[in-house]
Amino acid sequence: MTEIIQYFESNGTQYAEYLIQHIRLSMIALLIALIIGVPLGYISYKHKKVAEFFTTSSQLLRIIPSLAILFILIPIIGVGELPALIALVFLAIPPILINTILGFNEIPAITKEVAAGLGMNSNQLMLKIEIPLAIPFILNGIKLSLVEIIASANLATYIGAGGLGTLIFTGLGLYRMDLLLIGGGTVTILSLFSMFILDCIIRKVSKNRVEFSN
Amino acid sequence: MIEYWRDYHTRLIEALLDHLQLVTISIVVALAIAMVVILTCLNNQKWVSSLTYFFSALYSIPSYAFFALLIPLSGLGTTTAVIVLSLYSEYILLRTFSTGIKQIDPTIIESARGMGMTDHQVFFRIQLPLASKSIFSGIRLALTSIIGIATIAATINAGGLGTVLFDGLRTQSIVKIVWGSLLTIFLCICSNVILYLIEKFTLRNLELED
Amino acid sequence: MSNSAINFKHIQKTFGAETIIENLSFEVEAGEFITILGSSGSGKTTTLKMVNRLVEPDSGVIEINGQNIEQINLIELRRKIGYVVQQIGLFPHLTVEKNIATVPELLGWDKTKTQSRVKELMELVKLPYEEYSDRHPNQLSGGQQQRIGVARALAANPQIMLLDEPFGAVDAITRKELQKQIKLIHQELNGKTFLFVTHDINEAFYLGDKVMIMDKGKISQYDTPKNIIKNPETEFVKDLLDTIYEEESLWRMLK
Repeated sequence: MTEIIQYFESNGTQYAEYLIQHIRLSMIALLIALIIGVPLGYISYKHKKVAEFFTTSSQLLRIIPSLAILFILIPIIGVGELPALIALVFLAIPPILINTILGFNEIPAITKEVAAGLGMNSNQLMLKIEIPLAIPFILNGIKLSLVEIIASANLATYIGAGGLGTLIFTGLGLYRMDLLLIGGGTVTILSLFSMFILDCIIRKVSKNRVEFSN
Repeated sequence: MIEYWRDYHTRLIEALLDHLQLVTISIVVALAIAMVVILTCLNNQKWVSSLTYFFSALYSIPSYAFFALLIPLSGLGTTTAVIVLSLYSEYILLRTFSTGIKQIDPTIIESARGMGMTDHQVFFRIQLPLASKSIFSGIRLALTSIIGIATIAATINAGGLGTVLFDGLRTQSIVKIVWGSLLTIFLCICSNVILYLIEKFTLRNLELED
Repeated sequence: MSNSAINFKHIQKTFGAETIIENLSFEVEAGEFITILGSSGSGKTTTLKMVNRLVEPDSGVIEINGQNIEQINLIELRRKIGYVVQQIGLFPHLTVEKNIATVPELLGWDKTKTQSRVKELMELVKLPYEEYSDRHPNQLSGGQQQRIGVARALAANPQIMLLDEPFGAVDAITRKELQKQIKLIHQELNGKTFLFVTHDINEAFYLGDKVMIMDKGKISQYDTPKNIIKNPETEFVKDLLDTIYEEESLWRMLK
């Protein structure tokens, strides 16, 4: 315990730096994954063939450990922050993509038919009906992605992108319990916190949308 | 590539078997706990769902951090790895099991109760067989994901294919990285196929095949 | 002719190898309440959906107020026609008020006009604005949801209302109540044409100024309830009426 306090006293700025690196890397990766994943999900929802392709390929991707993906990418894209980012985006897209497709597919056909029957054109249908109804699912995808990113960002340390993983690796290397606890603890809190926040948002957004038409 | 296999196949196979052992022990532990949880909380959906949420929180803890946090408690090595991997699979198993049971048409359960079955009879004769599809898919999902996560257990000296991967990383050896990944994928596919066959066989015996 | 609100001319529709509608022609006068009665597969819902072009006929012409609907912009056509279905299809993420205001908002009405219209309609369907406007659909009973569905369809004052078994999923007592209400609404709204699909014989004969009985994609008989009962034209209609008489005698016997 005293060691932990000591660490914060002497290395506070370094800790802050790792933390900021970790969060920054995660956020940028999430943002890029969102920009790619959500439109791709919408396109897949409109075209069955595209959806099939993406669903199968992300299922295939699942069985490759994220560690391997990260490692295999190194010779191709090198070491540093950008490769780490690319790898993270790569890992974060599948959950967002799959859940976006799911969200749009879950919209009852009758809701869309009635909206069309009321005279909505396809743009209005998308903005007023499809997107709002798919949002809880998309948020769930974001949650899963974020958890994945925060976890894999630890590995990013290995390819020189810094972050809280540095503390864990140093802790493992030197067998320093204090570093392990600080690194592991912070990442755990970060992960639980983001999950909790997103769960709150999802609950709020989907509060009044329980299936009712059956 | 092939040369490496010729020279080091004993080491690779050993790593593969270590990996398999780690994953098998973890999934068996997780399955046993899941059965106990589902059985004791059979009539209390609230308990099941709050437990599932609790495990989903554990599931969201990155494996690195999880290992790091447990080292002061259970030290380096296999024990820590098994604890973490079981906890991860516990979430997947609980989630799929409880949705599988929830999906059963309530009128079936009601008529079983109406015939005078006890809760345990309802569970073993009706709910378990009818939920077996989701149970199998849960086990497959859990296995796939912990086979991947187990590679990271190499960092805490738990052995397995992760040793090959991390070794490759340290020495900048593509061959090792590729072999490590390939064998991990091989393990995933094999376990999936075997489970799929068991599933087919069981479902055929239960006449549930469609 | 100037009085005809809906006019089907030689309409044909097949799905795959199956002929759903076979050379269907009929006319509906403005202000009439028409019920379309038939069993499932008779083509009644398809007929209804062709009016607002959710289903397109293979051949033939449909006219609304003398104008071929294919020459009217699809979106404009639909906004002029109210549409209510059995599953209601209220938008689960919007409040009751927003649901009813959907079409006025699409049409760009200003806020005060939209709100007063919503109030007016909620009064019409007997759900007080103050109590219900902020609720979400899942906080309403089935009968209440259906009344909101009707109010939403009426929002932009369409001259034609299409109703596809709107009361099919509510219990018998609520259904009776809703039938009375829809009949009143039709009378109050002077001059609107209602096309109401149902498989419930009592409902069809109670509500319709005229009843169109459909069987296997053809009209079996299309007349006022009284005329149909006085002289049923086809075997199908006779059988249909016989089932009613049988039921009636059962009730009489039990009394």
